[in-house]
Amino acid sequence: MYGPSGVPTRRRVLAGAASLVSLALVRPGRAAEGQLTEALAGFAEGREIRRGRVKLDLVPLVENGNTVPLTVTVESPMTAEDHVAEIAIFNERNPQPDVARFHLGPRAGRASVSTRMRLATSQNVVAVARMADGSLWSDEAYAVVTLAACLEG
Amino acid sequence: MARALINVPKTARRGEVIEIKTLFSHPMETGFRPGPNGQLLPRDIVNRFVCTYNGEEVFRAELFPAIAANPYLVFTTVATESGTIGLSWTDDGGNTQTESVTITVS
Repeated sequence: MYGPSGVPTRRRVLAGAASLVSLALVRPGRAAEGQLTEALAGFAEGREIRRGRVKLDLVPLVENGNTVPLTVTVESPMTAEDHVAEIAIFNERNPQPDVARFHLGPRAGRASVSTRMRLATSQNVVAVARMADGSLWSDEAYAVVTLAACLEG
Repeated sequence: MARALINVPKTARRGEVIEIKTLFSHPMETGFRPGPNGQLLPRDIVNRFVCTYNGEEVFRAELFPAIAANPYLVFTTVATESGTIGLSWTDDGGNTQTESVTITVS
């Protein structure tokens, strides 16, 4: 692929340029999966996130992505020794992965929070609960969005 | 001053878990939306919500642009004693608005 003087041939330069262009054309979907994985890794700080104990209620079909209700409940006695310390919610395809972080404690009585979020397009939403002992539990839900948020109104 | 709609029971039994519902009027401008001249409108959201019970923090939320406009937050707390429940919202500019409600616990 290199000419006699060590200079790359025209063929090699064109092949290199073509591979760069194809990288730029990567669908946003691929970047999105990375965004969610990175955000979860950042929150987990090396600990394993297990599925279970957390229930993320999200309607599967969203008419208006500008305001999507959701509720996160976690099975926990909410005592001083065993309670939910933090609930973090992440999304897959909005411009940023974070949605909210809720800080609870034994005074919450029950681990249950509700809010409304924006969904830019159909995607996964993940809720992770950090327990008092540092363990992490999560639930994931997928919503199909008919009218995207963030683009208008 | 933005309008805050707050739903806290006026009375409760000691030890009862009560639900607090809040709705705060705020556009929660994400920073990703283009304005009429084509430029992105700057981000301006409520990024922090704190609930205190007789001065002690019992619930805190960090909010991001993915939270819908007019942030709606529902959470629970244990009715430990009579007193004041304080709810405060802080925006990106550091401005805080606080509302207080009293609760009687028997």
